[in-house]
Amino acid sequence: MKAKHQRLTLALLALVALIGAGLLAAFALRDQASYFYTPSDIVAKKPEAGQAIRLGGMVEVGSIKRDADGVTVNFIVQDGDARQAVSYTGITPDLFVEGSGVVADGSLTADGQFVAETLLAKHDENYVPRELEGIDMTGTPQATGTLIE
Amino acid sequence: MHAYANPARFLSIARPLTPWLFGLGILLIAAGSVYGLVLAPADRLMGDSVRILYIHVPASWLAMGGWTGIAIASIMQIVWQHPLAAVAARAIALPGAMFAAMSLMTGSIWARPTWGTWWVWDGRVTSVLVLFFLYLAYIALANASSGKGGVSRVTAIFGIVGAINIPIINRSVVWWNTLHQKASITVGGSSIDSAFLWPLLVNVIGFSLLFGAIVLMRMRAVLAETKVEARLKRMAAE
Repeated sequence: MKAKHQRLTLALLALVALIGAGLLAAFALRDQASYFYTPSDIVAKKPEAGQAIRLGGMVEVGSIKRDADGVTVNFIVQDGDARQAVSYTGITPDLFVEGSGVVADGSLTADGQFVAETLLAKHDENYVPRELEGIDMTGTPQATGTLIE
Repeated sequence: MHAYANPARFLSIARPLTPWLFGLGILLIAAGSVYGLVLAPADRLMGDSVRILYIHVPASWLAMGGWTGIAIASIMQIVWQHPLAAVAARAIALPGAMFAAMSLMTGSIWARPTWGTWWVWDGRVTSVLVLFFLYLAYIALANASSGKGGVSRVTAIFGIVGAINIPIINRSVVWWNTLHQKASITVGGSSIDSAFLWPLLVNVIGFSLLFGAIVLMRMRAVLAETKVEARLKRMAAE
C-alpha cells in the first residue's frame, strides 16, 4: 500500500467516525436541543404548574381574543394534535397573526392555562408579496394575513 | 490536480481571473441589490424587512460554503500533499469568518421586528455562532503555523473536524424545533415567490464571485509573502 493510499484510507475512516459521532450527538440532543415544546409534548408529559417552559405552535384560526384593557390577549396554540390555551399581556410582534407560528415563554397555572411572559413570532418558509396576499399558490395552509389591530 | 501545483502556473491563471471575478461580482451585487432593495415588492407579513434576505442568504451560504472549501482543501493537503491546498484553506478563512459574522448580524436585525427579539439560542442560530467561533479558531491556528505560506497538519485536521458543523447547521431546522424557519429553497422547489427569488439568485451568484476574487487575491498575497521571505533569507545568507 502506497503512503498516499494509506493517508486516504485514514482520512476516510476519520471522516466516517466524525460523521457518526456528530449524528449520534445530534440524535442524543434531539429532545434537549429543541428550542420549544409543542402542545402535544405538554399533553404527553405534563409539566408542573409554575415550572418555566417554552411553548411553540400555530395560533388557531379564530382563537385570538383581546381583553378590554387592550394589552391582554388570549389565544389557542395548536400543533394539529393538541391544543393549549395561552394568555399574554404585552405588545405582540408584527407577525403574530392567526394561523402563524408563535413561541411563548411562561408556565402553566393550576387550571391548565398557559401564562406567557414573552411572546415571539415564528416566520415560516413562505415568502409572498403583498400584491399576492390571500392567493394560495402552494396549496399549503398559510396565515390569513389579517393583522390584528 | 498537480498540474496546478506549480505556483507560477497557478498565478498565470489567477492573475487575469481575479479582476473578472471581482468586476462581475460587484456588477451582479449592484444589480441584485437595486432590484431587491428598491424594485422588489414588500412581503405580505414582514413588509420591508424581507429585504434583509438579499444579504442574509448569500452571507450564510458563503459562510457554510467557505468551511466546506476549507475541509476539502485540508483533505487535499493531508492525503495528496498538494502544496496550494493549504494556501487556499488559509485564504478562505478570513472572508468565511466575515460572512459568518454578516449572517449573524443581518439575521439579528431581521429577527428584531419579525420574531420580536434580537437573539435566541435555538439550533440554527447557535450552530451558526459556533461556525463563526470555529473560523476564529482556525485563523488563530493557521497564524500559529510556521512554514511556506501553508498551514500546519494540526490546522488541516481542525479544518476537517470542524466540517461536522456544516451538516448540523443544514439539518438543525429539521432535527430540532427551532425559531428559525425551515429551508425555503430545496431540491423540490422554492417557497419563496419568484418576485423575491430572482434578485436573491443574482445576489447569491454575485457574492460568490466576489468571494472567489477575494480568495484568489489572498492566495496571491500569501504566495508573494513566502517569495519575499525566501528572498530575504537568501540575502541574509549571502
